[in-house]
Amino acid sequence: MPVPPDHAFFIDPNRCIGCQACVHACAECDTHKGVSMIHLEYLDRRLSTQTAPVICMHCDSPTCAEVCPADAISKTADGVVQSARKPRCIACNNCVLACPFGVPKMQTEVELMMKCDMCYDRTSAGKKPMCATVCPSQALFFGTRDDVERLRPNSTPVNRFQFGAQEVQTKVYVMVPSAAPPNVLDMNAAMHPGSGTPGIHVNLLDTIQPHSKP
Amino acid sequence: MPDETSSVSPAPDGRPTAEQPRWRRDFPVDSEQAAYVGRRDFVKFMLLPSGAFFVGQVWIGLHSLRSGDDGPPLRRVATLTDIPVGGALVFHYPSPLDPCLLVRPDEDTLLAYSQACTHLSCPVQPDVAAGRLNCPCHNGVFDLKTGRPVSGPPRRPLPRINLEVRDGVISATGVEPRT
Repeated sequence: MPVPPDHAFFIDPNRCIGCQACVHACAECDTHKGVSMIHLEYLDRRLSTQTAPVICMHCDSPTCAEVCPADAISKTADGVVQSARKPRCIACNNCVLACPFGVPKMQTEVELMMKCDMCYDRTSAGKKPMCATVCPSQALFFGTRDDVERLRPNSTPVNRFQFGAQEVQTKVYVMVPSAAPPNVLDMNAAMHPGSGTPGIHVNLLDTIQPHSKP
Repeated sequence: MPDETSSVSPAPDGRPTAEQPRWRRDFPVDSEQAAYVGRRDFVKFMLLPSGAFFVGQVWIGLHSLRSGDDGPPLRRVATLTDIPVGGALVFHYPSPLDPCLLVRPDEDTLLAYSQACTHLSCPVQPDVAAGRLNCPCHNGVFDLKTGRPVSGPPRRPLPRINLEVRDGVISATGVEPRT
């Protein structure tokens, strides 16, 4: 049974309170007990408490699968990029280095790359992913596009990202402010604000001045 | 190729699927494509084992043609003077690892059987006076005249060794496996 086609995953880093509930809920899953397949990113720990959950974006053309020399990562017909298959993964770290979003993590103890598979056992049975069910602020939201537009009138979902020359379209959406929603999120510009490259402000630290270098 | 309704992930370079290199079709990203086996590929794969069988058969045929099937060789076992009436002796036939018994119950009779009991291959011991071959391991008993099991665990007769006597020389000419 596929993931319901009208359902999508929406990440709203603005709402993330850094409680780690998603990470721990992921780690409790029976299929990979004790190991979390997602993680929480601190944007700039010295200046802010702001965090952002990092789940797999499930690219239409997944770079991790493209670079896998062992053909261990595959994408299902409903667009979910699966975690590496244990019999095939050779723990080469290619996917870890290649993923533009920094999603795959190498579990060196078991020599296996494990990454978010959108809780395929749950979503393909019509349930929400574990992280989305536990997120108290719904920074991780799994539902229909109508739902998210009704609940978040000030945000617009975007699923196209520009990394240098590579444009990536994903199954998972990121919520950006509706004021001037871009077609494509220029990630390099967002990571280095003020470098002259025109970008959009997904950056959540607008009110905080960048720290000066000593 | 899989049916056209199944989705194919776009390649990173953005060119259409038809222009992509061959390896991209062989190692697809999509699990649906990866699990797909074309009819032609399937038939090719099926030809591997059947082709191997065919080559093996040809090889066996050539091998048997070249070596010929002469059966076990004729081998000198003993002379009539070596074995007294009522006596027995052990010889090896057809290979040095196959012990056999030659028994002479009376003046004009020579019998030879494989010595390996048909139960668990213990060597059978002749009791010419009683007309039996006894296996000491599990009390198997064979009839000396026919080599057939009389009592005990063995259910199959002992293979008989065909003999030929010429000018007082006893030779083994073949093994007669029996059921």
